[in-house]
Amino acid sequence: MSVLAVKSLSKSFGGVHAVNQVSFTVARGEFLALIGPNGAGKSTCFNMINGQLAPDSGEILFEDKNIAGLAPRDIWRLGVGRTFQVAATFGSMTVVENVQMALISHGRETYGLWRPAASLHRERAIDLLAQVGMREAADRPSRELAYGDVKRIELAIALANEPRLLLMDEPTAGMAPRERNDLIKLVKQLVVERGISVLFTEHSMDVVFAYADRIIVLARGRLIADGDAAAIRENPQVQEVYFGTGKTFAHAQGAAP
Amino acid sequence: MTLSAFLFQALNGLASASGLFFIAVGLSLIFGVTRIINIAHGSLYMLGTYIAYSFATRIGGGLGFWGGIVATALIVCVLGALIEILLLRRIYRAPELFQLLATFALVLVINDATLWLWGSEDLLGPRAPGLRGAVEIFGRQLPSYDLFLIVIGPAVLLVLHFALAKTRFGRLVRAATQDREMVGALGVNQAILFTSVFALGAALAGLGGALQVAREPATLATDLIAIGDAFVVVVVGGMGSITGAYLAAVIIAEVKALCIAIGVVDFGFITVNFSKLTLVAEFLVMAGVLIARPYGLLGRPQGAVRSVAEAEDPIRPAAPGLKALAVAVLALLMGLPLLAQASPYLLVLGIDVLIAVIFATSLHFIMGPGGMHSFGHAAYFGLGAYGAALMVKWLAVPMGLGLVAAPLIALAGALLFGWFAVRLSGVYLAMLTLAFAQIVWAAMFQWEGFTGGSNGVIGVWPPPPFNSAAVYYLLTLAIAVIAVLLLRRFLFAPFGYAMRAGRDSPLRAEAIGIDVKRVHWLAFAIAGGICGIAGGLFAFAKGSISPETIHVGRSIDGLVMVLLGGIQTLTGPIVGASVFATLQDTVMRQTEYWRALLGLIILLLVLAFPQGIVGAVAQIFGRRRSP
Amino acid sequence: MNTMRPVLYLAMAGAFALGLIRPADAQNTIKIGELNSYKIQPQFLDPYKKGWEMAVDEVNAKGGVLGKKLEVISRDDGGNPGDAVRAADELVTREGVNIIAGTFLSHIGLAVTNFAGQKKVFFLAAEPLTDKITWQNGNRYTFRLRPSTYMQVAMLIPDAAAAKKKRWALVYPNFEYGQSAAENFKAMLKKAQPDVEFVTEQAPPLGKVDAGAVVQALDDAKPDAIFNVLFGADLSKLVREGNTRGVFKNRTVVSLLTGEPEYLDPLKDESPVGWIVTGYPWDKIKTPAHTAFVDAYKKKFNDYPRLGSIVGYATFKSLAAGIAKAGSTDTEKLVEAFKGLKLDSPFGPFEYRASDHQATMGAYVGKIAMEGGKGTMVDFKYVDGKDVLPGPEEVKKLRPASAN
Repeated sequence: MSVLAVKSLSKSFGGVHAVNQVSFTVARGEFLALIGPNGAGKSTCFNMINGQLAPDSGEILFEDKNIAGLAPRDIWRLGVGRTFQVAATFGSMTVVENVQMALISHGRETYGLWRPAASLHRERAIDLLAQVGMREAADRPSRELAYGDVKRIELAIALANEPRLLLMDEPTAGMAPRERNDLIKLVKQLVVERGISVLFTEHSMDVVFAYADRIIVLARGRLIADGDAAAIRENPQVQEVYFGTGKTFAHAQGAAP
Repeated sequence: MTLSAFLFQALNGLASASGLFFIAVGLSLIFGVTRIINIAHGSLYMLGTYIAYSFATRIGGGLGFWGGIVATALIVCVLGALIEILLLRRIYRAPELFQLLATFALVLVINDATLWLWGSEDLLGPRAPGLRGAVEIFGRQLPSYDLFLIVIGPAVLLVLHFALAKTRFGRLVRAATQDREMVGALGVNQAILFTSVFALGAALAGLGGALQVAREPATLATDLIAIGDAFVVVVVGGMGSITGAYLAAVIIAEVKALCIAIGVVDFGFITVNFSKLTLVAEFLVMAGVLIARPYGLLGRPQGAVRSVAEAEDPIRPAAPGLKALAVAVLALLMGLPLLAQASPYLLVLGIDVLIAVIFATSLHFIMGPGGMHSFGHAAYFGLGAYGAALMVKWLAVPMGLGLVAAPLIALAGALLFGWFAVRLSGVYLAMLTLAFAQIVWAAMFQWEGFTGGSNGVIGVWPPPPFNSAAVYYLLTLAIAVIAVLLLRRFLFAPFGYAMRAGRDSPLRAEAIGIDVKRVHWLAFAIAGGICGIAGGLFAFAKGSISPETIHVGRSIDGLVMVLLGGIQTLTGPIVGASVFATLQDTVMRQTEYWRALLGLIILLLVLAFPQGIVGAVAQIFGRRRSP
Repeated sequence: MNTMRPVLYLAMAGAFALGLIRPADAQNTIKIGELNSYKIQPQFLDPYKKGWEMAVDEVNAKGGVLGKKLEVISRDDGGNPGDAVRAADELVTREGVNIIAGTFLSHIGLAVTNFAGQKKVFFLAAEPLTDKITWQNGNRYTFRLRPSTYMQVAMLIPDAAAAKKKRWALVYPNFEYGQSAAENFKAMLKKAQPDVEFVTEQAPPLGKVDAGAVVQALDDAKPDAIFNVLFGADLSKLVREGNTRGVFKNRTVVSLLTGEPEYLDPLKDESPVGWIVTGYPWDKIKTPAHTAFVDAYKKKFNDYPRLGSIVGYATFKSLAAGIAKAGSTDTEKLVEAFKGLKLDSPFGPFEYRASDHQATMGAYVGKIAMEGGKGTMVDFKYVDGKDVLPGPEEVKKLRPASAN
């Protein structure tokens, strides 16, 4: 059974088909990359799955429940975690409070007015931080962290609701190559341990080819290829959309915006 | 009403619209680029009328009048540049909205300076040379000067429009309005851009004021009237949009002209005097527009303005030192009735300060941790005060029940208004809350049979034993302590965290399942309810409540208290309210020019403590902004 | 910046000290608390202040009252009832006064009236015009000097009725004073002239009249006559727009307060000639009492008196006379002394009625004319307040039983 099944998803903006009849699935435990040149419709597609955009038509089935058009928070409640392209934390909270906030929300304690939040789920939050290697930073203000560390915090937050599917929008954007590898390795390790499926978009082709179980390619709003790394590398259509724009996979590696 | 009468009133409306446009357009430009809410804009407008009056009467003739108008615009332009360079530039890095405090102080100083220079009498300028008479249109007389105004408004709009579209300066202004950080990134000298925009905005205000010299007397009340109108026009039109400002000015002026033209209408079962609606017409328009179009008629959503100031520190429970201090202060306050035997006024002042503390703390609750800058917190104060007073007056309930009802009525009002307000953000939210507050005010003012109209409700004194100042003081103290601790408790609870999460990053908060709007809505309601207690206590402390008490001035006082104390701290509003209320009371007795003195003291505080008083104290003691 | 901080702390500490430390008492004076909206109504209240300063100086020059000098502690009431009540509270609790005078706007006067009744403090309302201060909301401790709205309107009614105009339009500021003036006018004129018709009413917000549209709406209602209650800046705008648009041409205009120098003088060469007004033709009243007042005033301040000067002067003369009559500053004795207190003023003799605590000081009714490029009043006469007030039996019904 697939964790996520996208069926005939479409969205246009002012007559331009940003996403056009796209269908794909994510299998349980799969690490699936969604790639494509700029303007291919990756972000639109992604934002429809995470609830930020409502599709014009099509279905998004998460564990057989149609989540198309639901609000992001409702999708999250069903068991879908996410990270942002530009990592954001709650700047006025400490690192551990950021994670605690997610745990509090997951435990449906958001409207609690009495018990101090600082004591709620602190141990579990510290534990999650330890898993992403940020235990030492637990009580620092999160706004003081380096960008790479913020990405790790995000990961800890994303794991807080024990998701079955994790959506990651350009997880390594804005990071140095060394950091990138470390982060993705960490992600892969964590999701494999938990059996979480991952759908991620990524500009860095070495990350994609090295870690993705499967790759799907969008171009001008349409799905043009679906396969493992070797198949995608050899796919003439994929080569055309990338090389046709003057890029090669080698060039593209360092060119994340 | 005949068609020609109707059309003629439309012409009157256009003349007024030009006036409104001039007040508003500069404010819009300044806000668009610098994000400063310049409360002193109305003061610059007022100065325009006074300066132009002096030119027109001292030099006289065509030169004195027309030349004077141009000279006035230039003088006010220079003044605007000076304000920006000498004052505002020093505090751009302060927490957001802090500049508002500085411009508020300027309002006080400029008003007294004007009184000192020009005296107290209304100064009606001469008619415009060359345009003294009237022209006949639709069989009615339209002053030729009105015709001139009808033309000059759109003319200035066109000039500005092309200047913004075609010049490098204009492109920078537009770019900065869209995304201020980008302009900084482009290597533009931000200081020069800000100064020149502020100067341009000031010049437009001065010009607008000067142009009114032939229509209206220069009076000291103009500043606040003008700033109120300006805000409404800017927000209805869309912040930063000059065409929007003109469109909004026309709509508001026409709605008012229409209300006046309709006059008294007998519906059979009820007679309505529509001219009374002009009291609140602009705010009704504003509320309607903001509910339908959250960014004004021609405004665009602004790129998220990341504050140039540092984000605040995580909140922490009070350190032992602070707790000890709080206990000591509380003990002192409880002992005040004993101390006050020699000077019973301390208790009267104490009651006022404590009410201000509840008011400011409840405002801070949504302004600081909630990030919702309410400019209409007086509404909930008023609902509480009127709720309690009217229950005593009409239902003859005891004071205790009135005090219980006060927060509930305010809570109900805040639930209603908050539901609309939290759908907006930033300055649009601020203005919608202001509009609601003005609507509440107008309802209290206009509903004479029920609320006592402009006289308000009088004769609601506390029964024994609370009629003794000492007992009432202790009651107020107990309620204030409970209110403050309760709000503090909420802030440390998951709900308070969720509020801050929604403020820090709404997207992220939604992505971890937090319904940000709902959290903020409930926070708004809680703050309104607590504020209602302050209103109830106020009504019984003074034995009366009237519309003035809940007018926009009180909302602004609340902002001043919060900012003065330090918006990024939890004890800030308590200190800010205490300092401001005491200062105001003290200063009012010291000198005839107490407003200027108060303004100057606030300016000093602003320059010395850009983090607010508590922020500064915390820094001195090495613990950065966290008590 | 750092060097500034200590200075600032000192300055603030100083400010608090000033506010909280009670000044040393001088027991050889009679303290009178005074409060008014000096900042928001400077036009009227600057001359008012001069007026009471002159009265106090005169009284003290003659040795004061009961052998003690008068000492006035004056406060700004912040222009709103909440601050006014606090200022009154401060005067009573901190300064220890039991006599308060002043206030200008009706609602502030009412709030202080109520405060006085509650705290049993003597209050002489100087200027606020609302009828409620002496009638519906009157109390034992409150007296009022100026002719009330009812009285001022009543003074104009004979002239309004004599004009024999059928269609009347009304324009008044949208607050207590304007509303009650309009109500009183309609009721009284209807009684004097049953066939009268009120064709429109314009009630612009105080200080924010959209004059062009308002005069046009008045004109479009095609009235034969207009009753105006606007004053101050609103009046200036109304007059200029009305003149330019020819709205007042061939129409009778009856207008409250317009003849007061505070409101008439700013109009200069545009003063609305022919309007029937209440006011104060200071340069034309030749009674000895008034001439002496004007001379002294001019000598002292190098300026001419406005109506505010008269009000301020008469207020404090009243207090001095009342204290002298009571032979004490005891509140209850002062209240009794004020009932029926008779005294002379620049306007002539008047008394505080025992029945409703209202002074019978009158006002001048006349027509606006232009002389020497500025407005003045002609054909004026002094209308004594006692001639326009209802009798004691009637007002007794208007006042709460506890007030007498």
